[in-house]
Amino acid sequence: MRHGKYPFVIGFLFAPVTLYVVFVIAPYAQAFQISMTNWRGLSAPQWVGFDNYRRLLDDGSFWKAVQHHGVLLLALPLITIAIALFFAFLLNVGGRSVGGQRQGVAGSKFYRVVFFFPQVLAVAIIAVLFQMVYRPNESGLINGVLMKLGLDPVLFLIRPNLALWSIIAVLVWQAVGFYVVLFSAGMASIPGEIYEAAEMDGATRVTLFFRVTLPLLWDTLQVAWVYLGIAAFDAFAIVAVLSVDSGGPDGATTVLAMEIYRNAFVYSKYGYASAMGVALFFLTITFAALTLRLTKRESVEY
Amino acid sequence: MTSQTLPPAPATTPPRPAAPAKGRHREVRLFAGLGHVALAVWAVIVIVPILWTFLAAFKNTSEIFSSPWTLPAELRFENFGRAWTKAHVGRYFLNSVFVVSCSTFGTMLFGSMAAYVLARYKFRGNRAIYYLFVSGLAFPVFLALVPLFFVVKNLGLLDTHTGVILVYIAYSLPFTIFFLAAFFRTLPNSVAEAGMIDGCSHTRLFFQVMLPMAKPGLISVAIFNIIGQWAQYQLPLVLLSNAKDKWVLTQGIADISVNAGYEADWSGLFAALTIAILPMILVYAVFQRQIQSGLTSGAVK
Repeated sequence: MRHGKYPFVIGFLFAPVTLYVVFVIAPYAQAFQISMTNWRGLSAPQWVGFDNYRRLLDDGSFWKAVQHHGVLLLALPLITIAIALFFAFLLNVGGRSVGGQRQGVAGSKFYRVVFFFPQVLAVAIIAVLFQMVYRPNESGLINGVLMKLGLDPVLFLIRPNLALWSIIAVLVWQAVGFYVVLFSAGMASIPGEIYEAAEMDGATRVTLFFRVTLPLLWDTLQVAWVYLGIAAFDAFAIVAVLSVDSGGPDGATTVLAMEIYRNAFVYSKYGYASAMGVALFFLTITFAALTLRLTKRESVEY
Repeated sequence: MTSQTLPPAPATTPPRPAAPAKGRHREVRLFAGLGHVALAVWAVIVIVPILWTFLAAFKNTSEIFSSPWTLPAELRFENFGRAWTKAHVGRYFLNSVFVVSCSTFGTMLFGSMAAYVLARYKFRGNRAIYYLFVSGLAFPVFLALVPLFFVVKNLGLLDTHTGVILVYIAYSLPFTIFFLAAFFRTLPNSVAEAGMIDGCSHTRLFFQVMLPMAKPGLISVAIFNIIGQWAQYQLPLVLLSNAKDKWVLTQGIADISVNAGYEADWSGLFAALTIAILPMILVYAVFQRQIQSGLTSGAVK
């Protein structure tokens, strides 16, 4: 590989690097800078140091959003991973063993295909779909049934203490299938002899799950937790489209991405919105680092 | 995968009496039974909202309120016509197809070029550029949202498809390069060397030898990008806000759902949703295997 290496290398890197620097690196760098100004878009920005960050500390909706991220960060991964693990276990090792080969329950393939489908849909589309499902009168999917049965309708998105959970339910609905497939791939690589040995020793399905599957799947679980955590720090599309008043009722479902969008593109407080962006960045990074550190464990080799 | 570090399997223990084996059979059957119920319930939870939407798309508004659970009295295809033309779902749909086709093509072209050079050529700054790209995986898009809006605005690309396409490409590069660079590194050297000896130029070697060899990796990443870019909502919302005729499908459907409340055209909204969901089901039915492996490829290091 001698002749004309450099022209070739430069030619191939020029377009991707230019695009990336202009649209990704430059905006990220500027975000930190803008967050130190009181820029409103019209006059030249003025340097205000850490004023925006100080105002963040007294901003009720900022803290509400952070609190909601806390709830999302615990609930979304816990619920999704628990359900997905249970299903993945059923689909891969739940059935009887045929010729020493562990089988899933009947219909495994069908379930896997159906469960995964919501992952293919856009979150904004799913949000509109669930607006219909959650509608508070007889035209809603759930309340239509409840009211036919003579029960009172449940105001899923309108009751402040129920709204966030209704949104989490939709996120779980979408995510479970993806993690079923992910965990299935992990479980498929666990050698059947280990299960067989444990079974010979009289292990029940429950013991198999907690003593064999779970420890050997630890790395995959860690990846899943980080992925779902990062999803918990976004949640813009679902909150913007599904919730009442984009983050309502009365801020009961707002998230940082929503507040950034609102401050920037509704109130034109560009400096303040950027400060929120920087806060979001540090929260995300801290979460990822903490997770990787806290969940670090000797991985079992097999 | 190499060493068996688990405690040796207790295969040598004396065979247990028959009683636990019998109990285990009962346990297996009970577990499988409960498992089947749980799986079936979840399948219903996934399917029913979608099926219900398809049915409602054929009803009229009074039917939607009076009998949300029955089959439509007649198949009102006019709901779809209304959604496609009057609510502009047709235009949004074609906009999405155009934007995602261009941006995925651009992402794959630029991503594979950069990944190839970074994976297989030694030069000063190689590592720096690689890590510059990969670090993009750690940043939330929302951090950059405000400056990005002004970058696009200053380039005169606000409210244009070109702007959205370029931004999609730029934000898809980190994962694409991260994944493809790993893939190109695994390709054998011998073929490339043979090509060079035959007098193949670097460019021809890439397009005619290396790209075809990398096909499985390219397909996975392409699917990952198509689905991710098709689902984008926040970027078009910011970059196309004042040009309603350029909106993409996610934006359009969200907007129709807001307006459906004012105009009380619920059947039109259900029809619009159906138009958005149905093609995904068809695509998924055909490429189910590739889509599953493409989307999960990101998680398997």
